[in-house]
Amino acid sequence: MSLAKRIIPCLDVDNGRVVKGVKFVDIRDAGDPVEIARRYDREGADEITFLDITATHDNRDTIVHVVEQVASEVFIPLTVGGGIRTLEDIRRMLNAGADKVGINSAAVFNPDFVREAAERFGSQCIVVAIDAKKVSSPDEPGRWEIFTHGGRKPTGIEAIAWAKKMVDYGAGEILLTSMDRDGTREGFDLPLTRAISEAVTVPVIASGGVGNLDHLADGILEGKADAVLAASIFHFAEYTIEQAKQHMASRGIEVRL
Amino acid sequence: MSSVAVIDYGMGNLHSIVKALQHADPEVDVVCVSDADAILRADRVVFPGVGAIRDCMQALNQSGLSDVIQQVAKSKPLLGICLGMQALLTDSEENGGTLCLDVFSGHVIHFPESLKDSDGNSLKIPHMGWNQVHQLQQHPLWENIPQDSRFYFVHSYYAQPDDAAIMAATTQYPEAFTCALAQDNVFAVQFHPEKSQAVGLQLLNNFLHWDGQA
Repeated sequence: MSLAKRIIPCLDVDNGRVVKGVKFVDIRDAGDPVEIARRYDREGADEITFLDITATHDNRDTIVHVVEQVASEVFIPLTVGGGIRTLEDIRRMLNAGADKVGINSAAVFNPDFVREAAERFGSQCIVVAIDAKKVSSPDEPGRWEIFTHGGRKPTGIEAIAWAKKMVDYGAGEILLTSMDRDGTREGFDLPLTRAISEAVTVPVIASGGVGNLDHLADGILEGKADAVLAASIFHFAEYTIEQAKQHMASRGIEVRL
Repeated sequence: MSSVAVIDYGMGNLHSIVKALQHADPEVDVVCVSDADAILRADRVVFPGVGAIRDCMQALNQSGLSDVIQQVAKSKPLLGICLGMQALLTDSEENGGTLCLDVFSGHVIHFPESLKDSDGNSLKIPHMGWNQVHQLQQHPLWENIPQDSRFYFVHSYYAQPDDAAIMAATTQYPEAFTCALAQDNVFAVQFHPEKSQAVGLQLLNNFLHWDGQA
């Protein structure tokens, strides 16, 4: 009897539609977010994450309506990330029914924003999203740095030190995405996941690169993640959440069935 | 039509709990209020909360809601959730020691540092996710909820009641801690029923039909 490892489907939402890009380009339409969230809830998702990738400011209200609609009928934790830059942005998402918000670029530009957000709303709802890319060569010990703008802009910040700092500033959870693996379907960057997970005291969600069910189990068993996040393998109904959980259970991982 | 008041004292987001109560029983009138009279008029009261205990107690003391909750605790079905549960104990060690409402006699303490599971892996704080709730007594609020069902938790502190007889359930992380308390017409849970899918809605439905008797 213990805490279950979590499976978190992620919906990338652009202008109110779920899309999935491969390495942030080549975006495919995967449907209506409310309908998809409903399906994931039925299949036993432990949480749902919405990532708002809407580029234009004018269309940002769309995600608020999506969250409102989902929160009125789906009773599991909901996280919203993408474009969270001010305390007011956080308040709007929480009022719409989100339980947590993901802060990404805004944390890099102004780390104190994380501290202010945690003080105001509590660490339990502050997820710091870290996009990391390997910068060491294959024969060197692993070194990863933080990238912003969908993996395009390097910051020179070392990922493990950054994760620890974000926890000190009040992050209640870390959402870790490997920009090398995102969209590749080659599996998580396991050394990165393990390095971050062992370095911080808060839960770590592994993200980026899931292509099959063994990848999910590897993220937990080898990456030492507390939760695994995936998008495309669930959107196009290749696998159901339930199949993913059964598979993880067959590899000895405690899940909520 | 029976009514339930969700106490709004400015701590966190009440959207989820209100929606979940409406969903659990559409026949019940759910109001979200900060006004003492409205709280005292309702048939049942839900006391939610997230965040830090000092801010919570400050908000309750300044608004006079502390007295109202203590009054409710003597008179009608009351459900404390998460920080709302912790605030019902005598005191909490959070924020350098904080006096609470003393509805349940006992203390709120932090999980010990460097917890390990049986495989030697470090356990994370906060305790976050779906864990099993082991019922220790028969209670109307556990009706139709299978033993050891998983509920959603997110917390770093937990209640330690003085009297083991009021423990309604425990959860293991990695040792057993008290995750639900029951005393007369007051029930309190550390987990979030409003975020625990079907079993959570069942617990809320049970509360909405509870007469306050064990």
